[in-house]
Amino acid sequence: MSAPTAEKATLRDGFAVLGVAIRREPWVFTWSTLGSVLFGALTVADAWVLGWSTERFVIPSFEDGELKPGAAIAVIALFVGVAILRAVGIVARRLGAGIMQYRMQAHYRRAVTRKYLELPLAWHQRHPTGQLLSNANSDVEAAWMPIAPLPMAVGTVAMMVVAIVQMLLADLVLALTGLIAFPLVIVVNVLYQRLQSPLMTRAQALRAELSEIAHESFDGAMVVKTLGREAEETDRFAARAEALRDVNIRSGRLRSVFDPVMESLPNLAVLVVLALGVQRYLAGDSAAGDVVTVAYLLTVVAFPIRSLGWLVADMPRSVVGFRRVSAVLGETGQMTYGEASAAGHGAGPARLEVADVEFAHPGSGATDAEPEPLLRGIDFTVEPGRSVALVGPTASGKSTLTSLLVRAVDPDRGAVRLDGTDLRALAHGELAGAVALVPQTTFVFDDTVRGNVALDLDLDDATIWQALRAAQAEDFVRALPAGLDTRLGERGTSLSGGQRQRIALARALVRRPRLLILDDATSAVDPEVEGRILAALRDQAEAAGHAPPTLLTVAYRKATIALADEVVYLADGRIADRGTHQELLARNPDYARLVNAYEVELEPRPVAGSGEEER
Amino acid sequence: MSAPTTGTGVDTGEQIGAWETIRAGIRHSPELREGFAVTVAFAVVATLGRVVVPIAVQQTLDRGLGSDGRAGDLGFTVTMLLVATAALVLTGVASYFMTARLFRTAERGLATLRVKAFRHVHDLPLLTQNSERRGALVSRVTSDVDQVSQFLIFGGVIAIISIGQITVATVVMLFYSWQLTLVVWLCFAPLFLSLRFFQRKLSAAYGVVRQQVGAMLSAIAEPVVGAAVVRAYAVEARTQRRIDEAIEANRAAATRAQGLTAFSFSLGGVSGGLANAGVLVVGVWVGVAGDVTLGVVLAFAFLVTLFVGPVQMGTQVLTDAQNAIAGWRRVIGILQTPADVTDPGADGAPLPHRPVDITFEHVGFAYPGGEPVLHDIDEHIAAGTRVAVVGETGSGKSTLAKLLTRLMDPTTGRVLLDGIDLRRVPFDSLRRRVVLVPQEGFLFDADLRANLRYGRLDATDADLLAAAEALDLADWLAGLPRGLDTRVGQRGESLSAGERQLVALIRARLADPDLLVLDEATSAVDPELEMRIGRALERLMEGRTSVSIAHRLTTAENADEVLVFDRGRIVQRGPHDRLVAEGGVYGRLHASWVAQQGR
Ligand SMILES: Nc1ncnc2c1ncn2[C@@H]1O[C@H](COP(=O)(O)OP(=O)(O)OP(=O)(O)O)[C@@H](O)[C@H]1O
Ligand SMILES: Nc1ncnc2c1ncn2[C@@H]1O[C@H](COP(=O)(O)OP(=O)(O)OP(=O)(O)O)[C@@H](O)[C@H]1O
Ligand SMILES: [Mg+2]
Ligand SMILES: [Mg+2]
Repeated sequence: MSAPTAEKATLRDGFAVLGVAIRREPWVFTWSTLGSVLFGALTVADAWVLGWSTERFVIPSFEDGELKPGAAIAVIALFVGVAILRAVGIVARRLGAGIMQYRMQAHYRRAVTRKYLELPLAWHQRHPTGQLLSNANSDVEAAWMPIAPLPMAVGTVAMMVVAIVQMLLADLVLALTGLIAFPLVIVVNVLYQRLQSPLMTRAQALRAELSEIAHESFDGAMVVKTLGREAEETDRFAARAEALRDVNIRSGRLRSVFDPVMESLPNLAVLVVLALGVQRYLAGDSAAGDVVTVAYLLTVVAFPIRSLGWLVADMPRSVVGFRRVSAVLGETGQMTYGEASAAGHGAGPARLEVADVEFAHPGSGATDAEPEPLLRGIDFTVEPGRSVALVGPTASGKSTLTSLLVRAVDPDRGAVRLDGTDLRALAHGELAGAVALVPQTTFVFDDTVRGNVALDLDLDDATIWQALRAAQAEDFVRALPAGLDTRLGERGTSLSGGQRQRIALARALVRRPRLLILDDATSAVDPEVEGRILAALRDQAEAAGHAPPTLLTVAYRKATIALADEVVYLADGRIADRGTHQELLARNPDYARLVNAYEVELEPRPVAGSGEEER
Repeated sequence: MSAPTTGTGVDTGEQIGAWETIRAGIRHSPELREGFAVTVAFAVVATLGRVVVPIAVQQTLDRGLGSDGRAGDLGFTVTMLLVATAALVLTGVASYFMTARLFRTAERGLATLRVKAFRHVHDLPLLTQNSERRGALVSRVTSDVDQVSQFLIFGGVIAIISIGQITVATVVMLFYSWQLTLVVWLCFAPLFLSLRFFQRKLSAAYGVVRQQVGAMLSAIAEPVVGAAVVRAYAVEARTQRRIDEAIEANRAAATRAQGLTAFSFSLGGVSGGLANAGVLVVGVWVGVAGDVTLGVVLAFAFLVTLFVGPVQMGTQVLTDAQNAIAGWRRVIGILQTPADVTDPGADGAPLPHRPVDITFEHVGFAYPGGEPVLHDIDEHIAAGTRVAVVGETGSGKSTLAKLLTRLMDPTTGRVLLDGIDLRRVPFDSLRRRVVLVPQEGFLFDADLRANLRYGRLDATDADLLAAAEALDLADWLAGLPRGLDTRVGQRGESLSAGERQLVALIRARLADPDLLVLDEATSAVDPELEMRIGRALERLMEGRTSVSIAHRLTTAENADEVLVFDRGRIVQRGPHDRLVAEGGVYGRLHASWVAQQGR
């Protein structure tokens, strides 16, 4: 987690968070507060209407022994009018608070998710998806929770100020005695924040962990099932759920002390004022009316204090949530883009230049401090329209290299250039307009076939079908219930492995890239179909009148490799050899052993099987 | 919900009503009922205490200050105030116990519910799991549960107290005048009658909110998981648009629900105003006729407020409850979704410990709502055979593997291991004896050790090394700079695709199954290593049964028998050499394979 904020949340922090919301939504805040003031004023008016009706209608009517219809209608109109106005106040306050709260939530959710899309892949690898979900959901929600009681609290502050002034005017000594409750209220609040905020920090962290475990566990449900590990997964989740439960119970206990204390402090002040008041009245120092007034006004003040209490009670969680969200928003390291543009499709094949590239996965290597470079001195050029096969044993760095070529990551040293332009100098989106990668692990969006293939391009059906045909996906897509408009489900679960791969392939082909990178993109496809896909790739370009795109293929199958003009043999993060397939077969025994492995098997096994003897 | 084409889906719970939800919720979390009476008792004391103080104040003002010509009384004041203080303390203490107890029961009950729901997600059939988006499932065990806790802590008790207060106020009013009581109730009748309507509206509105939260989380989770593709295709703008739409839909739904809440809450006040006016006007009208006295009418004006207060509280609870109930319903929805691939448990027949033989008895399978993808598979595979399964993409190989490991049950026919219907084999026996290495490698975001141990929980480091050794992968493991401490990253993405498959294989090896089902388990591994692993597996599975699905035909060449799939049927069966001679589908596949290996 980015900078776990262990520092305590203070009242000031709490109000600062609210300040952010008020500054952003001043108008909504104003009218919801006005609604709250209106409500307060009409509550007073209600008492006045009752008094008026009693004096002007009820008593005279009883005295006269007859009901006066005019007065009756006035009474009804007054009561109902006040009630309706009060309802308007309620709606203004509650709806206003809601609008403000949900707007702030939406605003911060947009900001956070925008950040997710900007931050580099390395950051994503360090931050589990479930945790990011929690940041965008639970933390944002927590941050803006106190907005709900805010207008009420602010509205009643006005009530409180009026009451306090009246109190002071009525009887200074009694008023000051009663106001002793205030410093106490503040002390209680400060204490509450102090004690509550570490609990809330923990609770929000646990919420994130719960979300993290749930997301991961559901994501890997198939593995959990096949190995029968449901009970262990549940234990893992339960441990966190119970920890959260315990923290919540502890925080609840604190809240259970806080609420009654906040409620009784003004009441205690009333009792003290009464005791003192009666004594002063008997001693002739205070007027009876003033004692009553001060005591009454103190009870009036109790309500604002309570509603402030509700506001303050939500603050520790709000501050913690806000800090967790801010931590994400404050993350840096997003990729920067240049201004240069790259020619899009139709401009003929691209020239790819990998110049002395070095790259280390952050956090790899024996220690965190010094990641060991995975790729070193990678240097090769692919001329326009040529094709290169990237061959190398498992974990030699092939996929890492392809990710450098589409600028999913940047090299630590050296440069990757497209038509002579450093990828880092290209404006956002330019590279994707020229280069398409079919990654080794296919990713299918929860979208229709059309959406998955076209992505952000606006393409007609014919173009999409053409790409699907080239990717050998036409037949099964036609068989889908809604054809191109069939939703594929999250990660494309309704397709077979090979079908998913073909959708990914079509996604790349439909862009008519100038440089096409296939990272083992036909592994789950049977040989027959792979043959057809490769042929289609060759034909497609010719049919369109383009020179075929520059092609970089990660492959093991000899037919695929043999199609390439050149082979780059990658071993241990270096280019161990390069040349044509035939050349490498002849001079590099490691390479020969790697690509001939299947054939060794076909022959009766030689005594000391060494690939070199094969062909 | 954008339901994909398959799967039965998780119960949305839309059909269950509010009461039913609460009842079901309490049934699932029995803790909620524990000590409820005591909590209510504390609540009653806490509520009554609130009345004591104003009364004491009133008394003190009246008698302490003296009125009606009587002199002030300091002694009485002191006594009264001491009583009031005691009442205050008592109220505070009662209120502490009430709230603390509520927090405790609610949190305990919800932790239970959360864990139960989580477990049930894993117990759901694979197809149901797949039909639901991960983000939405996560929201059900996280934020939906949180909504319930907010409400449970205060809502239940306030509701009960409010009903109590309304009853008491009604009784007191009846004591004064039945006519005026009738007036009050008549004024509130429209409100009470419309509550049901509003409750339905609110319930629907909050149902939408909760659903939108799930949709929003899914929209956020997806591009985070597929971040690499989003970058490679520079579709950030489109992705953000989709996320923004989900966020906006959620905001709009929440605001709408809040508007409804505010409106229905405000109705209580309007009814109160109406009742106040009604009591006065009708009171005068009846009073003029001589049926009630002036005192009664004035007292009633005060009694009405005793009635209005709890009614408003009650309406508020009712509206707040709808949000909680909507969340609750979604959690319960999971629990109500049938886990139709169920564990027979103790009633079942465990598999005997020996190489398993496999019988497919007229097995057919169709994904929910789809065409059949397997037709009448009727085969017997003898114990100890190594079987290779080949066939075109989409011909049904993985489907067969899922039936064989009971991730799904066949639509027609039966799958039998050792003559026992799979549906009768207890899961703990089945999962230990039959292991599938699925097509998509998935690892947990932990170190390599933890991931390997997933195959056998009590495995020591030595066991792990031995398993790697047995698969001829010891040098790979030794080559990792951090060895077993290597962090594999989310979904294993810090390893190469080939390495992920190696981990899955060692993990399966540790589980030591009698029937191993490999679904393209070495598809991303380089040929040399694949052949090494193949040879090692051959030794390891000596005398056991294995089923390997593979596109690389070397696997088929080395198998005892090959099953050839074509569009959901087994069209050929036999050893490699014979099938090559036979030609047919296999002949074609093989010719193509040989061509692929050509230069
Ligand atoms: N995000 C990462 N963090 C740390 N190490 C990584 C990361 N991604 C890959 N690696 C490591 O870098 C090495 C090369 O991985 P890469 O995926 O590039 O291999 P590959 O040649 O594509 O292998 P394969 O043939 O299995 O696909 C592996 O040892 C892998 O563990
Ligand atoms: N969850 C699902 N819902 C609906 N249809 C599905 C689902 N999973 C697979 N299918 C369909 O069932 C058929 C068989 O799929 P299966 O995964 O068994 O193929 P396969 O032989 O394993 O293919 P591959 O070689 O590509 O892995 C395919 O047409 C596929 O689209
Ligand atoms: Mg790779
Ligand atoms: Mg498959």
